[in-house]
Amino acid sequence: MDFGFNADQEMLRATARKFFENECTSEFVRARMAEDGGFTEEFWTKLAEQGWLGLVYPEQYGGAGLGFVDLTVLMEEMGRVVMPGPFFSTLLLGGLTILEAGSDAQKKDWLTRIAEGQARVSLAWTEPSARWDAAGVTTTAVPSGGGFTLSGTKLFVPDAHVAHALVVVARTGDAGEDGISLFVVPTNAKGVSITLLPTMDQTRKLCEVKLDHVAVPASALLGAKDGGWQPLSRVVQRATVALCAEMCGGAQKVLDMTTEYAKIRIAFGKPIGSYQGVKHKAADMLVEVENAKSLTYYAAWAVDENVPEAALAASMAKAYASDAFRKVAGAGIQLHGGIGFTWEHDLHLYFKRAKSSEFTFGDATYHRERVAQLIDL
Amino acid sequence: MDFTLTPDQDAFRQRVRTWLEANIPDDWTKFGLSEVPRPEAYAFLRKWQATLYDAGFIGVTWPKEYGGQGLTFVEEMILHQEMALQKSPPMLNVLGVGMAGPTIIAYGTEEQKKRYPAKILSCEEIWCQGYSEPNAGSDLASLQTRAVKDGEHWVINGQKVWTSLAHIADWMMLLARTDPDAPKHKGITYFLLDMKTPGVTVKPLKQLTGDAEFNEVFFDNVRVHESRVLGGVNNGWAVGLTTLMYERLALGFGLQVRLRISVDQLVDMARRMEKNGRSATKDPVMRQKLAQLWIDTESLKYTGARAVTRLLKGELPGPEASAGKMMWVETHQRLQELAMEIQGPYSQLARGAAAAVDGGLWQYSFLRSRANSIEGGTTEIQKNIIGERVLGLPKG
Repeated sequence: MDFGFNADQEMLRATARKFFENECTSEFVRARMAEDGGFTEEFWTKLAEQGWLGLVYPEQYGGAGLGFVDLTVLMEEMGRVVMPGPFFSTLLLGGLTILEAGSDAQKKDWLTRIAEGQARVSLAWTEPSARWDAAGVTTTAVPSGGGFTLSGTKLFVPDAHVAHALVVVARTGDAGEDGISLFVVPTNAKGVSITLLPTMDQTRKLCEVKLDHVAVPASALLGAKDGGWQPLSRVVQRATVALCAEMCGGAQKVLDMTTEYAKIRIAFGKPIGSYQGVKHKAADMLVEVENAKSLTYYAAWAVDENVPEAALAASMAKAYASDAFRKVAGAGIQLHGGIGFTWEHDLHLYFKRAKSSEFTFGDATYHRERVAQLIDL
Repeated sequence: MDFTLTPDQDAFRQRVRTWLEANIPDDWTKFGLSEVPRPEAYAFLRKWQATLYDAGFIGVTWPKEYGGQGLTFVEEMILHQEMALQKSPPMLNVLGVGMAGPTIIAYGTEEQKKRYPAKILSCEEIWCQGYSEPNAGSDLASLQTRAVKDGEHWVINGQKVWTSLAHIADWMMLLARTDPDAPKHKGITYFLLDMKTPGVTVKPLKQLTGDAEFNEVFFDNVRVHESRVLGGVNNGWAVGLTTLMYERLALGFGLQVRLRISVDQLVDMARRMEKNGRSATKDPVMRQKLAQLWIDTESLKYTGARAVTRLLKGELPGPEASAGKMMWVETHQRLQELAMEIQGPYSQLARGAAAAVDGGLWQYSFLRSRANSIEGGTTEIQKNIIGERVLGLPKG
């Protein structure tokens, strides 16, 4: 039994930390927040050069062939710097869905280009109903002329405005989980309109995607017709675990910032960290962070090994991390006092990221109910 | 990262499982399921621990020559996980096994190591911990119990308080001041005290539960031979802290196990209780609370596994270990509160009431859980420790 990271993973952590300290500074993040795109081609190329855009894809598709425990390390480091841009939506949503559901040809075509930094693919799943279950999918794909015609509205689609293609989740059959199919749709296809939405967390760009009788060929279908829900569920489960890792990294960084500040900020002639009102809150933050990590690391191992408990592990991690990151980020602002409430200080970036992450793939309440079902309450 | 077991470890798990299935008495739960043994269970638990010892399922990480099995923390963890799954009875000599034994093995002379640990494991000799005093609780180093040298003996005078199990203990881990002129951390010595020594008086203290599980202990010219000093004169603070470190480690295993058993029992009880015309487990609010308890209990398990990994690699316990006790306390108290909430008006009925849920056992556990955030270092002291030793914040 070994519940720790190996030497290669520790090396990846050190490399990533140094890389992001140089390449993803606060200035860089804030510049990307202010722009529509949310990333630069130069930065994207550097991620590709590190081999991170295909980290969890098999080598035959141009990836690094690593697992989710390895990815956890990278995501934690990305979370530390609230990295903006379409990394998550490309590697873990669009790309991962193609990996899970696509044919060999589709995987070769898309994943290779994603890993090289040549293509960005997001996932157009949720709709204005904001449901995470199959019933939430009402966008239709109707067979026509040997292909399909897609119509509907997708909401909360990350980075659609900078993606080359979207994996669209659409209904091809009956209501429920058995009537859902996945399609790769180029964002420049006729009938696709994408609107960038103002978001509270400006490091995460979200879009509305309208599909108005978008015609796609039969080759756009990923996997079996009506068989899309199962691969999608696997993708969401894995992406959820990766998101938890990113949240752990962000929460740890807030704790680090707050601890350092509590050591140097003087009030009533002493560092504020010497007062128990501050010290105890910091200790509470540490407990939150450590527990979130324990559950996340276990979940990463569970999805890598595909153990039966993987779904439960992922939901436990997301339930915990959703509350933990929000609480830790809020406490960080509180312990910094007025400076923590300024635009100038970076804390609000983490506070807002905590909020957007909390509601991505279901919040704590949603996942606690999932846990209740999975443990047969 | 790898949670799979080696064939040897898996065989150990199988052996433990088979043995526990065959040997846990069916009717022991009538004594209550809480992590703290109740007085009426003492005789049964003494026998149970002896049975565990004979089977080699206690003190598995202790060296063989001192009564243990010479195995690693992985086997220790497997053992505790299996005990949780099978709802095994708690350990009576918990302070001996969790604290006194490991400390004696770490600091004892060869003679001491041969004399005490095995009898701790077999439950032949029960241990209590003489640390807290009326004016030295969280500020332990202010303790005033004095030990003065007289020939080959030390003569001890003073008082301890909140001493769990002193009324049935054969031995005490005793901290006493041996150099009143030294700085307060430097003049303390750790003694192994035979509770039958003349001058030792134990007065049970009735707790808010109504039970008398802990005690006041008075020392009136108690003579202890110098061979019963552990770890050197005036070195008691370091030795005592080692004990507390082991306590924290033991908490990582033992308490998580008791917690898991309690969660299972709670779910079982909730299934039987009605809330608004349906089983409490079908009430959406109760489902949320039960699921959170489940998650927190699992988290404690994995946090423990991270600590074990560090130990196996020869590293010191990291931040995850310090978080363990606090987390356990908070979760367990919340669990007991939830048990009352699920019972609703029935939570008012205690032992003796025919309509009391599960014979009123939960009411005792609920009341007893109030002590969790005080005993073994208050939550406030734990937070100071985390703030100062883990996060490096300045002392107040």
